[in-house]
Amino acid sequence: MNPAYRPHHPKWHRERMPIFWWLGRISYTKFITRELTSLAVGYAALLLLVEIGALARGEAAHARFLRFLAAPPVVAFHLLVCAALVFHSVTWLNLAPKALVLRLGGRRLPDWAVVSAHYLAWLAASAVVVWFLRGGAA
Amino acid sequence: MPLAVTTGSTGTAGAAGATGTPRGPAAAAATATVGATATAGATGTAGMAGATETIAIEVQRYRPEEETAPSWQRYEVPLRRDWMVLDGLNYIKDSLDGTLSYRWACRMGVCGSCGMMVNGKPVLTCATYLSALAPGPVRVEPLRGFPVIRDLVVDVRDFLDKLKSVKPWILRSEDKPLADGEYLQTPAELAEYKPYSMCINCLLCYSACPIYALEDGFVGPAAIALAQRYNLDTRDEGAAERLDVLSQHEGIWACTFVGECSTVCPKGVDPAGAIQRYKVAATAEWWRSLLLPWGKASRSAATGDDRGRSPSRSAAAGKEQAEPRPAGDERSRGR
Repeated sequence: MNPAYRPHHPKWHRERMPIFWWLGRISYTKFITRELTSLAVGYAALLLLVEIGALARGEAAHARFLRFLAAPPVVAFHLLVCAALVFHSVTWLNLAPKALVLRLGGRRLPDWAVVSAHYLAWLAASAVVVWFLRGGAA
Repeated sequence: MPLAVTTGSTGTAGAAGATGTPRGPAAAAATATVGATATAGATGTAGMAGATETIAIEVQRYRPEEETAPSWQRYEVPLRRDWMVLDGLNYIKDSLDGTLSYRWACRMGVCGSCGMMVNGKPVLTCATYLSALAPGPVRVEPLRGFPVIRDLVVDVRDFLDKLKSVKPWILRSEDKPLADGEYLQTPAELAEYKPYSMCINCLLCYSACPIYALEDGFVGPAAIALAQRYNLDTRDEGAAERLDVLSQHEGIWACTFVGECSTVCPKGVDPAGAIQRYKVAATAEWWRSLLLPWGKASRSAATGDDRGRSPSRSAAAGKEQAEPRPAGDERSRGR
Protein backbone atom coordinates (compact mmCIF):
# COMPACT_ATOMS: atom_id res chain seq x y z
CA MET A 1 0.00 0.00 0.00
CA ASN A 2 1.16 3.52 -0.74
CA PRO A 3 2.67 4.87 2.53
CA ALA A 4 0.97 8.22 1.91
CA TYR A 5 -2.41 6.54 2.24
CA ARG A 6 -3.96 6.40 5.65
CA PRO A 7 -6.74 3.99 6.51
CA HIS A 8 -10.17 5.54 6.86
CA HIS A 9 -11.43 5.64 10.43
CA PRO A 10 -15.12 6.31 10.50
CA LYS A 11 -16.63 7.51 13.75
CA TRP A 12 -18.42 4.29 14.52
CA HIS A 13 -21.02 4.06 17.19
CA ARG A 14 -20.76 0.90 19.30
CA GLU A 15 -23.70 -0.04 21.46
CA ARG A 16 -22.68 -1.53 24.79
CA MET A 17 -24.41 -4.74 25.76
CA PRO A 18 -26.48 -3.98 28.87
CA ILE A 19 -25.87 -6.19 31.92
CA PHE A 20 -29.51 -7.24 31.96
CA TRP A 21 -29.62 -8.12 28.27
CA TRP A 22 -31.06 -11.52 29.20
CA LEU A 23 -34.25 -9.90 30.50
CA GLY A 24 -34.95 -8.34 27.10
CA ARG A 25 -36.45 -11.41 25.43
CA ILE A 26 -38.29 -14.46 26.81
CA SER A 27 -35.98 -16.81 24.92
CA TYR A 28 -32.90 -15.15 26.47
CA THR A 29 -34.39 -15.42 29.96
CA LYS A 30 -35.22 -19.08 29.34
CA PHE A 31 -31.65 -19.67 28.18
CA ILE A 32 -30.14 -18.03 31.27
CA THR A 33 -32.51 -20.01 33.49
CA ARG A 34 -31.44 -23.20 31.76
CA GLU A 35 -27.78 -22.33 32.33
CA LEU A 36 -28.32 -21.26 35.96
CA THR A 37 -30.29 -24.40 36.83
CA SER A 38 -27.14 -26.38 36.04
CA LEU A 39 -26.04 -25.19 39.50
CA ALA A 40 -28.91 -27.27 40.90
CA VAL A 41 -27.57 -30.28 39.00
CA GLY A 42 -24.17 -29.72 40.60
CA TYR A 43 -25.78 -29.29 44.01
CA ALA A 44 -27.72 -32.56 43.67
CA ALA A 45 -24.54 -34.41 42.75
CA LEU A 46 -22.73 -32.86 45.73
CA LEU A 47 -25.58 -33.82 48.07
CA LEU A 48 -25.29 -37.43 46.95
CA LEU A 49 -21.54 -37.39 47.63
CA VAL A 50 -22.13 -35.94 51.11
CA GLU A 51 -24.68 -38.67 51.82
CA ILE A 52 -22.19 -41.34 50.73
CA GLY A 53 -19.61 -39.70 53.02
CA ALA A 54 -22.09 -39.80 55.93
CA LEU A 55 -22.77 -43.47 55.22
CA ALA A 56 -19.06 -44.18 55.28
CA ARG A 57 -18.78 -42.55 58.70
CA GLY A 58 -21.31 -44.97 60.17
CA GLU A 59 -24.96 -45.35 61.00
CA ALA A 60 -25.16 -42.45 63.47
CA ALA A 61 -23.69 -39.98 61.00
CA HIS A 62 -26.09 -41.13 58.32
CA ALA A 63 -29.08 -40.83 60.69
CA ARG A 64 -27.94 -37.28 61.47
CA PHE A 65 -27.79 -36.51 57.75
CA LEU A 66 -31.31 -37.90 57.25
CA ARG A 67 -32.60 -35.74 60.13
CA PHE A 68 -31.02 -32.75 58.39
CA LEU A 69 -32.80 -33.66 55.15
CA ALA A 70 -36.16 -33.93 56.95
CA ALA A 71 -36.01 -30.41 58.40
CA PRO A 72 -38.84 -28.30 56.82
CA PRO A 73 -36.62 -25.48 55.44
CA VAL A 74 -34.33 -28.07 53.84
CA VAL A 75 -37.34 -29.88 52.35
CA ALA A 76 -38.66 -26.58 50.95
CA PHE A 77 -35.25 -25.76 49.48
CA HIS A 78 -34.96 -29.21 47.95
CA LEU A 79 -38.39 -28.87 46.34
CA LEU A 80 -37.03 -25.75 44.61
CA VAL A 81 -33.92 -27.66 43.60
CA CYS A 82 -36.10 -30.44 42.25
CA ALA A 83 -38.10 -27.97 40.14
CA ALA A 84 -34.85 -26.52 38.79
CA LEU A 85 -33.59 -30.03 38.01
CA VAL A 86 -36.75 -30.90 36.09
CA PHE A 87 -36.57 -27.61 34.13
CA HIS A 88 -32.92 -28.24 33.29
CA SER A 89 -33.49 -31.84 32.27
CA VAL A 90 -36.53 -31.12 30.10
CA THR A 91 -34.94 -28.16 28.27
CA TRP A 92 -31.71 -30.12 27.86
CA LEU A 93 -33.39 -33.26 26.52
CA ASN A 94 -35.50 -31.20 24.12
CA LEU A 95 -32.32 -29.76 22.60
CA ALA A 96 -30.71 -33.17 22.08
CA PRO A 97 -31.83 -33.69 18.45
CA LYS A 98 -29.97 -30.51 17.44
CA ALA A 99 -26.67 -32.08 18.40
CA LEU A 100 -27.43 -35.69 17.64
CA VAL A 101 -27.82 -36.77 14.05
CA LEU A 102 -28.54 -40.50 14.00
CA ARG A 103 -29.07 -42.64 10.97
CA LEU A 104 -30.94 -45.88 10.68
CA GLY A 105 -30.75 -47.76 7.39
CA GLY A 106 -29.39 -44.72 5.55
CA ARG A 107 -32.21 -42.47 6.76
CA ARG A 108 -31.89 -39.74 9.33
CA LEU A 109 -33.95 -40.36 12.45
CA PRO A 110 -36.58 -37.67 12.96
CA ASP A 111 -36.19 -35.25 15.89
CA TRP A 112 -39.14 -36.71 17.81
CA ALA A 113 -37.50 -40.14 17.78
CA VAL A 114 -34.28 -38.76 19.30
CA VAL A 115 -36.23 -36.83 21.95
CA SER A 116 -38.44 -39.84 22.78
CA ALA A 117 -35.40 -42.09 23.13
CA HIS A 118 -33.92 -39.63 25.64
CA TYR A 119 -37.13 -39.45 27.68
CA LEU A 120 -37.42 -43.25 27.63
CA ALA A 121 -33.84 -43.54 28.88
CA TRP A 122 -34.66 -41.01 31.63
CA LEU A 123 -37.74 -43.01 32.62
CA ALA A 124 -35.76 -46.28 32.65
CA ALA A 125 -33.00 -44.77 34.80
CA SER A 126 -35.62 -43.37 37.21
CA ALA A 127 -37.34 -46.76 37.36
CA VAL A 128 -34.05 -48.43 38.29
CA VAL A 129 -33.48 -45.87 41.06
CA VAL A 130 -37.02 -46.36 42.42
CA TRP A 131 -36.63 -50.14 42.28
CA PHE A 132 -33.35 -49.83 44.18
CA LEU A 133 -34.86 -47.50 46.81
CA ARG A 134 -37.73 -49.91 47.38
CA GLY A 135 -35.31 -52.64 48.39
CA GLY A 136 -34.07 -53.93 45.06
CA ALA A 137 -33.82 -57.70 44.61
CA ALA A 138 -33.61 -58.33 48.36
CA MET B 1 -24.36 -9.68 1.19
CA PRO B 2 -25.14 -6.05 1.61
CA LEU B 3 -24.57 -4.54 -1.79
CA ALA B 4 -25.93 -1.05 -2.06
CA VAL B 5 -25.79 1.71 0.48
CA THR B 6 -28.51 4.29 0.15
CA THR B 7 -26.74 7.20 1.73
CA GLY B 8 -27.68 10.74 2.41
CA SER B 9 -27.59 13.05 -0.58
CA THR B 10 -24.58 15.13 -1.38
CA GLY B 11 -24.01 18.78 -2.22
CA THR B 12 -26.14 21.66 -1.06
CA ALA B 13 -29.32 19.63 -0.81
CA GLY B 14 -27.50 17.17 1.44
CA ALA B 15 -26.27 19.96 3.68
CA ALA B 16 -29.83 21.18 4.09
CA GLY B 17 -31.03 17.68 4.82
CA ALA B 18 -28.26 17.04 7.32
CA THR B 19 -29.88 19.45 9.72
CA GLY B 20 -32.65 16.92 10.12
CA THR B 21 -35.39 19.12 8.70
CA PRO B 22 -37.98 17.01 6.90
CA ARG B 23 -38.28 18.09 3.32
CA GLY B 24 -41.19 17.96 0.93
CA PRO B 25 -41.67 15.46 -1.90
CA ALA B 26 -40.23 17.89 -4.44
CA ALA B 27 -36.88 18.09 -2.66
CA ALA B 28 -36.82 14.34 -2.15
CA ALA B 29 -37.49 13.71 -5.82
CA ALA B 30 -34.49 15.83 -6.74
CA THR B 31 -32.17 13.81 -4.49
CA ALA B 32 -33.70 10.38 -5.02
CA THR B 33 -31.00 7.71 -5.25
CA VAL B 34 -30.81 4.94 -7.79
CA GLY B 35 -32.02 2.32 -5.31
CA ALA B 36 -34.98 4.40 -4.27
CA THR B 37 -36.29 5.12 -7.74
CA ALA B 38 -37.92 1.71 -7.91
CA THR B 39 -40.56 2.80 -5.44
CA ALA B 40 -40.57 6.49 -6.22
CA GLY B 41 -43.43 6.04 -8.67
CA ALA B 42 -45.56 4.08 -6.26
CA THR B 43 -45.09 6.34 -3.28
CA GLY B 44 -44.68 9.67 -5.00
CA THR B 45 -48.12 9.79 -6.62
CA ALA B 46 -50.16 8.76 -3.61
CA GLY B 47 -48.18 10.66 -1.01
CA MET B 48 -49.57 11.49 2.38
CA ALA B 49 -52.65 13.18 0.98
CA GLY B 50 -54.09 10.02 -0.55
CA ALA B 51 -53.52 7.85 2.50
CA THR B 52 -56.30 7.59 4.99
CA GLU B 53 -54.29 5.73 7.63
CA THR B 54 -50.72 6.28 8.71
CA ILE B 55 -48.26 4.53 10.99
CA ALA B 56 -45.35 6.06 12.88
CA ILE B 57 -41.86 4.75 12.19
CA GLU B 58 -39.25 5.70 14.77
CA VAL B 59 -35.83 5.40 13.24
CA GLN B 60 -32.57 5.41 15.13
CA ARG B 61 -30.46 8.07 13.47
CA TYR B 62 -26.73 8.40 13.85
CA ARG B 63 -24.96 11.16 11.96
CA PRO B 64 -21.33 11.00 13.08
CA GLU B 65 -20.51 14.42 11.63
CA GLU B 66 -23.01 16.17 13.88
CA GLU B 67 -23.79 13.94 16.88
CA THR B 68 -21.78 11.70 19.18
CA ALA B 69 -24.59 9.29 20.06
CA PRO B 70 -27.62 8.01 18.15
CA SER B 71 -30.95 9.76 18.45
CA TRP B 72 -34.51 8.89 17.46
CA GLN B 73 -36.49 10.47 14.68
CA ARG B 74 -40.18 9.90 14.11
CA TYR B 75 -41.85 9.78 10.70
CA GLU B 76 -45.48 9.22 9.72
CA VAL B 77 -45.84 6.99 6.67
CA PRO B 78 -48.96 5.67 4.94
CA LEU B 79 -50.14 2.34 6.31
CA ARG B 80 -50.79 0.15 3.29
CA ARG B 81 -51.85 -3.46 3.49
CA ASP B 82 -49.06 -4.64 1.17
CA TRP B 83 -46.23 -2.47 2.50
CA MET B 84 -43.21 -3.87 4.23
CA VAL B 85 -41.10 -1.96 6.73
CA LEU B 86 -38.61 -1.41 3.89
CA ASP B 87 -41.35 0.25 1.82
CA GLY B 88 -41.93 2.57 4.77
CA LEU B 89 -38.23 3.43 4.89
CA ASN B 90 -38.17 4.00 1.13
CA TYR B 91 -41.16 6.31 1.51
CA ILE B 92 -39.28 8.29 4.15
CA LYS B 93 -36.22 8.46 1.91
CA ASP B 94 -38.23 9.50 -1.14
CA SER B 95 -40.77 11.86 0.32
CA LEU B 96 -39.91 12.93 3.84
CA ASP B 97 -36.19 12.92 4.57
CA GLY B 98 -33.58 12.13 1.97
CA THR B 99 -30.77 12.05 4.53
CA LEU B 100 -31.82 8.69 5.99
CA SER B 101 -29.22 5.98 5.28
CA TYR B 102 -29.88 2.24 5.10
CA ARG B 103 -29.00 -0.76 2.97
CA TRP B 104 -31.27 -2.65 0.67
CA ALA B 105 -31.17 -4.20 -2.77
CA CYS B 106 -33.51 -6.97 -3.91
CA ARG B 107 -36.75 -6.48 -1.92
CA MET B 108 -37.39 -10.22 -2.12
CA GLY B 109 -35.51 -11.81 0.78
CA VAL B 110 -32.55 -12.99 -1.27
CA CYS B 111 -29.79 -10.37 -1.08
CA GLY B 112 -29.62 -10.19 2.72
CA SER B 113 -28.94 -6.44 2.76
CA CYS B 114 -31.95 -5.05 4.59
CA GLY B 115 -31.60 -6.78 7.97
CA MET B 116 -32.43 -4.38 10.82
CA MET B 117 -33.80 -4.50 14.34
CA VAL B 118 -37.54 -3.88 14.13
CA ASN B 119 -39.19 -3.49 17.53
CA GLY B 120 -36.10 -5.08 19.06
CA LYS B 121 -36.03 -8.16 16.84
CA PRO B 122 -33.63 -8.76 13.96
CA VAL B 123 -35.65 -9.16 10.76
CA LEU B 124 -35.39 -8.65 7.02
CA THR B 125 -37.30 -5.38 6.56
CA CYS B 126 -38.36 -6.49 3.08
CA ALA B 127 -40.21 -9.43 4.62
CA THR B 128 -41.89 -7.73 7.59
CA TYR B 129 -45.34 -6.25 7.00
CA LEU B 130 -45.97 -2.80 8.42
CA SER B 131 -49.61 -3.75 8.90
CA ALA B 132 -48.56 -6.61 11.19
CA LEU B 133 -46.96 -4.02 13.46
CA ALA B 134 -49.96 -1.65 13.52
CA PRO B 135 -50.89 0.52 15.31
CA GLY B 136 -47.20 1.21 15.90
CA PRO B 137 -44.99 3.04 16.44
CA VAL B 138 -42.49 0.81 14.67
CA ARG B 139 -38.99 1.19 16.04
CA VAL B 140 -36.23 0.56 13.52
CA GLU B 141 -32.60 0.25 14.68
CA PRO B 142 -29.41 -0.96 13.05
CA LEU B 143 -28.46 -4.62 13.56
CA ARG B 144 -27.21 -5.15 17.09
CA GLY B 145 -23.69 -6.34 17.74
CA PHE B 146 -22.09 -4.40 14.88
CA PRO B 147 -20.54 -0.93 14.89
CA VAL B 148 -22.88 1.62 13.34
CA ILE B 149 -21.41 3.66 10.49
CA ARG B 150 -24.43 5.86 9.91
CA ASP B 151 -28.16 5.65 10.71
CA LEU B 152 -29.10 2.03 9.92
CA VAL B 153 -25.86 1.08 8.16
CA VAL B 154 -23.52 -1.20 10.12
CA ASP B 155 -19.95 -2.28 9.48
CA VAL B 156 -19.80 -6.01 8.64
CA ARG B 157 -16.06 -6.33 8.05
CA ASP B 158 -15.60 -8.41 11.19
CA PHE B 159 -18.04 -10.99 9.86
CA LEU B 160 -16.38 -11.04 6.44
CA ASP B 161 -12.97 -11.67 8.00
CA LYS B 162 -14.33 -14.47 10.15
CA LEU B 163 -16.19 -16.01 7.24
CA LYS B 164 -12.96 -16.09 5.24
CA SER B 165 -11.11 -17.71 8.13
CA VAL B 166 -13.27 -20.87 7.91
CA LYS B 167 -12.55 -21.24 4.17
CA PRO B 168 -16.12 -21.54 2.93
CA TRP B 169 -15.27 -23.04 -0.42
CA ILE B 170 -14.52 -26.53 -1.72
CA LEU B 171 -11.02 -27.56 -0.69
CA ARG B 172 -9.38 -30.48 -2.45
CA SER B 173 -5.90 -31.85 -2.16
CA GLU B 174 -5.98 -32.60 -5.87
CA ASP B 175 -8.46 -31.48 -8.51
CA LYS B 176 -9.41 -34.24 -10.86
CA PRO B 177 -8.85 -33.51 -14.55
CA LEU B 178 -11.77 -32.06 -16.49
CA ALA B 179 -11.75 -35.10 -18.74
CA ASP B 180 -12.79 -37.25 -15.78
CA GLY B 181 -16.11 -35.46 -15.65
CA GLU B 182 -18.00 -33.85 -12.83
CA TYR B 183 -18.06 -34.81 -9.16
CA LEU B 184 -21.21 -36.82 -8.78
CA GLN B 185 -23.41 -36.58 -5.73
CA THR B 186 -26.50 -38.51 -4.72
CA PRO B 187 -29.67 -36.65 -3.68
CA ALA B 188 -29.08 -37.88 -0.13
CA GLU B 189 -25.58 -36.40 -0.12
CA LEU B 190 -26.94 -33.11 -1.43
CA ALA B 191 -29.69 -33.05 1.21
CA GLU B 192 -27.02 -33.37 3.89
CA TYR B 193 -25.59 -29.88 3.36
CA LYS B 194 -28.30 -28.12 1.35
CA PRO B 195 -30.06 -26.45 4.31
CA TYR B 196 -26.77 -24.80 5.34
CA SER B 197 -26.17 -23.59 1.79
CA MET B 198 -29.33 -21.48 1.92
CA CYS B 199 -27.57 -18.83 4.02
CA ILE B 200 -27.80 -15.33 2.48
CA ASN B 201 -25.34 -13.70 4.93
CA CYS B 202 -28.01 -11.32 6.19
CA LEU B 203 -26.42 -11.38 9.68
CA LEU B 204 -29.72 -11.63 11.54
CA CYS B 205 -28.23 -14.60 13.41
CA TYR B 206 -25.25 -12.52 14.54
CA SER B 207 -27.61 -9.84 15.75
CA ALA B 208 -29.68 -12.36 17.70
CA CYS B 209 -26.60 -13.93 19.29
CA PRO B 210 -25.71 -12.42 22.68
CA ILE B 211 -22.38 -14.26 22.62
CA TYR B 212 -21.31 -12.49 19.44
CA ALA B 213 -22.16 -9.15 21.06
CA LEU B 214 -20.28 -10.04 24.26
CA GLU B 215 -17.24 -11.89 22.88
CA ASP B 216 -15.23 -10.14 20.22
CA GLY B 217 -13.50 -13.24 18.94
CA PHE B 218 -16.51 -15.52 18.45
CA VAL B 219 -16.60 -16.76 14.86
CA GLY B 220 -20.39 -16.66 14.97
CA PRO B 221 -23.38 -18.65 13.72
CA ALA B 222 -23.43 -18.07 9.95
CA ALA B 223 -19.69 -18.59 9.45
CA ILE B 224 -19.77 -21.89 11.37
CA ALA B 225 -22.91 -23.03 9.53
CA LEU B 226 -21.20 -22.26 6.23
CA ALA B 227 -18.10 -24.15 7.34
CA GLN B 228 -20.37 -27.12 8.04
CA ARG B 229 -21.97 -26.65 4.64
CA TYR B 230 -18.58 -27.45 3.06
CA ASN B 231 -17.56 -30.03 5.66
CA LEU B 232 -20.67 -32.05 4.84
CA ASP B 233 -20.17 -31.74 1.09
CA THR B 234 -18.84 -35.02 -0.33
CA ARG B 235 -16.71 -33.11 -2.87
CA ASP B 236 -14.84 -31.30 -0.11
CA GLU B 237 -11.69 -32.49 1.65
CA GLY B 238 -10.99 -29.50 3.90
CA ALA B 239 -12.74 -30.59 7.10
CA ALA B 240 -9.47 -31.15 8.97
CA GLU B 241 -8.21 -27.73 7.90
CA ARG B 242 -11.37 -26.00 9.13
CA LEU B 243 -11.21 -27.91 12.40
CA ASP B 244 -8.16 -25.80 13.32
CA VAL B 245 -10.27 -22.65 13.40
CA LEU B 246 -13.56 -24.12 14.53
CA SER B 247 -12.36 -26.29 17.40
CA GLN B 248 -10.82 -23.32 19.23
CA HIS B 249 -12.61 -21.65 22.10
CA GLU B 250 -13.62 -18.79 19.83
CA GLY B 251 -15.01 -21.26 17.32
CA ILE B 252 -17.71 -23.64 18.39
CA TRP B 253 -16.94 -23.66 22.11
CA ALA B 254 -17.86 -20.03 22.72
CA CYS B 255 -21.40 -20.94 21.70
CA THR B 256 -23.60 -21.58 24.73
CA PHE B 257 -26.57 -22.69 22.63
CA VAL B 258 -28.96 -19.81 23.15
CA GLY B 259 -30.58 -21.03 19.93
CA GLU B 260 -31.88 -17.62 18.83
CA CYS B 261 -29.75 -17.68 15.66
CA SER B 262 -31.90 -20.49 14.29
CA THR B 263 -35.12 -18.83 15.42
CA VAL B 264 -34.46 -15.57 13.55
CA CYS B 265 -32.98 -17.14 10.40
CA PRO B 266 -35.22 -16.18 7.45
CA LYS B 267 -33.91 -19.11 5.42
CA GLY B 268 -34.25 -21.95 7.93
CA VAL B 269 -30.51 -22.59 8.01
CA ASP B 270 -30.34 -23.67 11.70
CA PRO B 271 -26.82 -22.48 12.61
CA ALA B 272 -27.38 -23.55 16.23
CA GLY B 273 -27.91 -27.12 15.06
CA ALA B 274 -24.77 -26.94 12.90
CA ILE B 275 -22.68 -25.76 15.86
CA GLN B 276 -23.98 -28.38 18.30
CA ARG B 277 -23.45 -31.11 15.71
CA TYR B 278 -19.92 -29.89 15.24
CA LYS B 279 -19.31 -29.90 19.00
CA VAL B 280 -20.20 -33.59 19.14
CA ALA B 281 -17.92 -34.31 16.17
CA ALA B 282 -15.02 -32.28 17.62
CA THR B 283 -15.35 -34.05 20.97
CA ALA B 284 -15.28 -37.41 19.20
CA GLU B 285 -12.18 -36.26 17.31
CA TRP B 286 -10.52 -35.18 20.57
CA TRP B 287 -11.15 -38.59 22.15
CA ARG B 288 -9.92 -40.31 19.00
CA SER B 289 -6.67 -38.33 19.04
CA LEU B 290 -6.28 -39.10 22.76
CA LEU B 291 -6.90 -42.83 22.47
CA LEU B 292 -5.38 -43.37 19.02
CA PRO B 293 -2.64 -40.72 18.80
CA TRP B 294 -0.93 -42.52 15.93
CA GLY B 295 -4.01 -42.26 13.69
CA LYS B 296 -4.84 -39.44 11.33
CA ALA B 297 -7.86 -37.20 11.62
CA SER B 298 -10.60 -38.68 9.56
CA ARG B 299 -13.20 -36.84 7.58
CA SER B 300 -15.97 -38.49 9.51
CA ALA B 301 -14.52 -37.44 12.84
CA ALA B 302 -14.14 -33.85 11.74
CA THR B 303 -17.63 -33.54 10.38
CA GLY B 304 -19.77 -35.99 12.28
CA ASP B 305 -20.36 -37.68 8.97
CA ASP B 306 -20.91 -41.39 9.38
CA ARG B 307 -21.44 -42.30 5.75
CA GLY B 308 -19.10 -44.44 3.69
CA ARG B 309 -16.05 -42.87 2.09
CA SER B 310 -13.00 -43.96 0.20
CA PRO B 311 -9.80 -44.56 2.15
CA SER B 312 -7.85 -42.22 -0.13
CA ARG B 313 -10.06 -39.31 0.91
CA SER B 314 -9.39 -39.87 4.61
CA ALA B 315 -5.66 -40.03 3.93
CA ALA B 316 -5.82 -36.77 2.01
CA ALA B 317 -7.64 -35.05 4.86
CA GLY B 318 -4.95 -36.23 7.25
CA LYS B 319 -2.22 -34.88 5.02
CA GLU B 320 -3.86 -31.48 4.98
CA GLN B 321 -3.99 -31.33 8.73
CA ALA B 322 -0.27 -32.03 8.99
CA GLU B 323 0.54 -28.99 6.87
CA PRO B 324 1.06 -25.66 8.63
CA ARG B 325 -1.71 -23.13 8.26
CA PRO B 326 -1.19 -20.46 5.61
CA ALA B 327 0.06 -17.10 6.86
CA GLY B 328 -2.97 -15.26 5.55
CA ASP B 329 -5.22 -17.24 7.86
CA GLU B 330 -4.96 -14.92 10.84
CA ARG B 331 -8.33 -13.79 12.02
CA SER B 332 -8.93 -10.11 12.32
CA ARG B 333 -9.91 -8.86 15.73
CA GLY B 334 -10.37 -5.30 14.61
CA ARG B 335 -13.84 -4.79 15.99
